[in-house]
Amino acid sequence: MPTTPSALVIDGLIKDFGPVGSLDGRMVRVLDGVSLSAAHGAVTVLLGANGAGKTTTLECAQGLQRADGGTIRLLGEDPHRASPHLRARVGVMLQDGGLPPSVRPLALLRHVASMYSSPLPVDALAERLGLDEFGAVSIRRLSGGQKQRLALACALVGRPEVVFLDEPSAGLDPQSRTIVFDLINELRADGLAVILTTHLLDDAQKLADYVYIIESGRTVAEGTVAELTADTDTDGMRELRFDTVPGLMLPADLLPHLHQREPEPGQYVLRGALTADDVAQLATWWASLGVMPTAIAMAPRSLEDVFLDISGRSIR
Amino acid sequence: MSTRAGVPSRPAAPGEAQGIIGGSAAPLPTRVLRHGAYEALAMLRNGEQLVLAIVLPLLALTGLVLTPLLDAYGSSRIDVAAPGVLALCTMSTAFTGQGIATGFDRRYGVLRFLSTTPLGRSGLILGKAVAVAVVLAVQLVVIGGTAALMGWSPRPEGILPAALLLLIGSAAFTALGLLVAGTLRPEATLAVTNLVWILLAAAGGVIIPAAALPAAAEPFVAVLPSAALGDGLRHALADGFLDPIACLVLLAWAALASLAAIRWFKWS
Repeated sequence: MPTTPSALVIDGLIKDFGPVGSLDGRMVRVLDGVSLSAAHGAVTVLLGANGAGKTTTLECAQGLQRADGGTIRLLGEDPHRASPHLRARVGVMLQDGGLPPSVRPLALLRHVASMYSSPLPVDALAERLGLDEFGAVSIRRLSGGQKQRLALACALVGRPEVVFLDEPSAGLDPQSRTIVFDLINELRADGLAVILTTHLLDDAQKLADYVYIIESGRTVAEGTVAELTADTDTDGMRELRFDTVPGLMLPADLLPHLHQREPEPGQYVLRGALTADDVAQLATWWASLGVMPTAIAMAPRSLEDVFLDISGRSIR
Repeated sequence: MSTRAGVPSRPAAPGEAQGIIGGSAAPLPTRVLRHGAYEALAMLRNGEQLVLAIVLPLLALTGLVLTPLLDAYGSSRIDVAAPGVLALCTMSTAFTGQGIATGFDRRYGVLRFLSTTPLGRSGLILGKAVAVAVVLAVQLVVIGGTAALMGWSPRPEGILPAALLLLIGSAAFTALGLLVAGTLRPEATLAVTNLVWILLAAAGGVIIPAAALPAAAEPFVAVLPSAALGDGLRHALADGFLDPIACLVLLAWAALASLAAIRWFKWS
């Protein structure tokens, strides 16, 4: 972690929802001990499956929801009692955008800008995010990617020090994705603390300086992508792919520590801590069956393996 | 208050030199007035809202002057009709119009997003009050002007009491509109606020004085905010005095509805 003081520090965050009618009026604990910190000049990624608690964590950090336990310090203050001055230093992009459908994009951006004493120049920001291309239509006519770009502009127009982006790549077409990812990298270079959620491993791998994996309302792992994917107990290979005849699943007593899948008929993926001995056993088994693979490939540990190791299931 | 106090100092980030970082809030009055103007413009640009705010009150005014409906309650039809139509305008804008707009803004997450900006939740509510006041002022000019052309001559000593009643009345109906918008789904808000508007307009003492209703209904209707506003405005503008009961009833509704809205309003 960088050594400058953190922009956001969350410690032991607890949040209950409810009472829920279908559960006889009981409360549901959606966050059960989320702890994380986010540095200035870095992209901090909250990675987790849908429903893991990423958005609720952000909403508590933004002051939109009150925590039921634990502490949150956003730029040293309690976000739930945020003054207008604190809110001016924090930009927020909500998962559903929070955009009024009947308003024109640039009119909304100008209105949001008017809440700040020295906002970014609206026209330049609109041009940078390509908003000027669709400035004349109402927001309800925009594509998902266009709405995401507008919501991003609204989060940035006040020149924040901290910016929260909830699933910023959701619904992005390739062009929007490039614009948004380039901008996020620029924000990091400009010294902002960028805190974003995603359920896409690819996003996390591309953008993150530091990753927190959230699972069932808890932060269960953290580190840089390199740290998380580093192997200590194996020869470094975590994935073995091979192609051969369809329907050839390993017997239960062969390599039980590996997780096997056949995503397409005849294409197999084995995941886990692989050793040279595992490969030898596999080859012996193929030979005993008289089977010859048509392709074999190995891959090192990825974020997907990390997620699988922790949660016992695939993120998707 | 100091914005940087209590925040650990840190080395200047590259962005601060270039002015990328450095957000600060516009002053509170600026934020509230800008948001009020923004919402007022949105209401005045919305076709359905304009029908509710201007067209229906104008039709009501014309109808009441052309028919003998109000002949029993005063010597001049327009003098009885105009205050009631102004009360109707207040209900259109503060309760129905503003309630529906808030309900849909809540659905789309607009309330949540704006409350993360320097505007904040309190600024959002104050801005809505400003928007209601602006639209109501436009209605007063249009409806009052039309009524004046039809021969309306309000009592000059009643203008100030009427202004006071309109202020309290719009506060009460704004709070009621927010209460509905913040607790029901937007489709239900749309239905409820329109239905209540029609019911109150027809039998809530707005246009037709509460005293003219059947004796069994009168005590109930008299304590409605609609009757307090309608009867209060008629007493002020047609008879020239401030009706203290109407004033108290409206104040009570404003206080109760505000407390209920603060207690039960859901932002998401």
